[in-house]
Amino acid sequence: MEMNVTRRTVLRGAGSLGALSALIAAGALKPAAVFAAEWNKGAFEARDSAGVLKSIGAESATENNKLVLKVPDIAENGAVVPVEVVSGIPNTTSIAILVEKNPLPLSAYFDFSNGALPEVAVRLKLGQTSLIKAVAKADGKFFIAQKEVKVTVGGCGG
Amino acid sequence: MSSMNRREFLQMLAAASVAGVALDSRSLLAAENADALYELPKFGNVHFMHFTDCHAQLLPIWFREPSVNLGIGGAFGKAPHLVGEHLLKAFNIKPGTREAHAFTYLDFAEAARIYGKVGGFAHLATLVKRLRGQRPGALLLDGGDTWQGSATALWSKGQDMVDACKLLGVDMMSAHWEFTLGDKRVQEIIDKDLKGRIEFLAQNVKTTDFGDPVFPPYAMREMNGVQVAVIGQAFPYTPIANPRYMIPDWTFGIQDENMQKMVNEVRAKGAKVVIVLSHNGMDVDLKMATRVTGINAIMGGHTHDGVPQPITVKNSGGQTLVTNAGSNGKFLAVLDFDVRNDKVQDFRYKLLPVFSNLLPADPGMAAYIDKVRAPHITRLEEQLAVTEGLLYRRGNFNGSWDQLILDALMDVKGADIGFSPGFRWGTTLLPGSAITFEHLMDQTAITYPYATLNEMKGERVKVVLEDIADNLYNPDPYYQQGGDMVRVGGMSYTCDPNAKAGNRISDMRLNGKPIMAGKTYKVAGWAPVDPTAKGEPIWEVVGDWLKDKKTVSARKVNVPKLIGMKGNPGIA
Repeated sequence: MEMNVTRRTVLRGAGSLGALSALIAAGALKPAAVFAAEWNKGAFEARDSAGVLKSIGAESATENNKLVLKVPDIAENGAVVPVEVVSGIPNTTSIAILVEKNPLPLSAYFDFSNGALPEVAVRLKLGQTSLIKAVAKADGKFFIAQKEVKVTVGGCGG
Repeated sequence: MSSMNRREFLQMLAAASVAGVALDSRSLLAAENADALYELPKFGNVHFMHFTDCHAQLLPIWFREPSVNLGIGGAFGKAPHLVGEHLLKAFNIKPGTREAHAFTYLDFAEAARIYGKVGGFAHLATLVKRLRGQRPGALLLDGGDTWQGSATALWSKGQDMVDACKLLGVDMMSAHWEFTLGDKRVQEIIDKDLKGRIEFLAQNVKTTDFGDPVFPPYAMREMNGVQVAVIGQAFPYTPIANPRYMIPDWTFGIQDENMQKMVNEVRAKGAKVVIVLSHNGMDVDLKMATRVTGINAIMGGHTHDGVPQPITVKNSGGQTLVTNAGSNGKFLAVLDFDVRNDKVQDFRYKLLPVFSNLLPADPGMAAYIDKVRAPHITRLEEQLAVTEGLLYRRGNFNGSWDQLILDALMDVKGADIGFSPGFRWGTTLLPGSAITFEHLMDQTAITYPYATLNEMKGERVKVVLEDIADNLYNPDPYYQQGGDMVRVGGMSYTCDPNAKAGNRISDMRLNGKPIMAGKTYKVAGWAPVDPTAKGEPIWEVVGDWLKDKKTVSARKVNVPKLIGMKGNPGIA
């Protein structure tokens, strides 16, 4: 796997901050623009997923197989569960990720502008086995995909 | 009678009957079936031999198949969740025969005395050579759980098994317990020993940082003019079921999307036969076969199911065979394909029990095994005690070996409750056998053997039991982990496998009194996955206890009261 080593070495050499600065300089990431986006206080403070969906206006979201949610069936570590959302729905302008059983279910909300590809990957903390929900907004309509991720105490296998 | 042929055996029988020795009809049948068992005419032009989960058993052993292996939801009444007579009936195996003994627990101790031990790498080597002789180009596949399970494997950090597999002629392998030697040791073995000899395959192991593959996902070979591919699938839940700190930089999972990608890739490269060498466990394999298309056969392990025939699973791309080849070196599977006009026309499958008495030891392998054991022989053969009862492990809820471990652990630690992990490996001892240190290690030889004593609230005990019950009985196989239920000593409980997660365990009692949620109990256990846990190795705790007892009476095996399992063919 020499390729991996090379890739890792290059990134180490560049330094993660350096790489990020380069992206920011190139206009790929605009911190100011991100922080300037409207902070939906109600949605992030809602204590159940129904409340979150209401706050972002997605109560009547429908399932769509072009909205793909990738999560493990059983979390290897509940503290850092990899969650990936890819929307193949044209004109997707936002993606929200909810962990239903967390005290504050809304974990992330992304806005996409100027044709940015609606693909995000995050690591989320799960206190217990929970449904994960991805909600995408496209042309004013809301779409949802969901899957259960099991969090277990471990041991005893095999 | 290892070197006795059929004629000699019949002569001995005749002499015995003249001498007035009583022989039952089964002993006679044993002699008559002996020659026919390994006559397996070659079929077609593409051949695979497969063993899995041998758990480092170099010598012949006994292994009792389970009397409890419940199928829940869609798995109800289907292989591999059939035990005893139900299994015999489903696969048309005549009761009271050698094969019935190999595939079931029925009449175990008596039948074991007649048919003798099973497995052993020297006997397996003879069978492999015989089949290879008839099947040029055949590939030998090892499903993993090979470098762990014995004292010598633990002490040599897997080296005894690595060298034995090279001698046996393994071509490709996947893995699970191998990872409990730690990531560095696994890489070292691959670099130093396996290179150019054995392909270590896993499509579902990636680095945690970039998601780059750690091992080659597949290997391709040309066999008798036909391109074949073998894709590896390591145990998807290794970092959960075993200590994560052993492999901190690797992430696993089922990854059936990537599996489909790999199948498509090898098909595009010209593979006419695609095999998945899997350590998923049979229920996961059966589900995967409905979701991933283009696989001819998933040759599986992990759940230690000795399934006599493949299960054919239909999917949108055609059909996939799913097999599972038992454990502890007890079986060798042979899968033949007839490939003509770029297509699989037909197949034959046989899961051959390896009866050590019927297969002479391969001299080269026997000499190698002797050499490996020689420096440790005194320690291995030290007699700790004699068992009056049958000692076995396999089964959903408990086994007499685990009960012995629990009894010793709770006694020595002064615990109210004992937990012993639901491992499916571990060999069997017949009543009246000596228990040697080696036998004890066959149940306990792991790299995190610490015996622990913790204070736990009643509510925490319930959470642990519920969690493990869901790993076994979640109706969706992708949420199962493939071990058995944790073995519980000291307390009684009721289990309803059909109930929803969190609601399966009830009526927990200690000495007849209900366990209280808020009360604290002393709980002994071993094999903690927590990196900070410490304690003496479990074999020291149990070994000292056995030496003190000298003779161990038959254990009273503590099993839960079950709800809703009446009529389930997965229970005796």
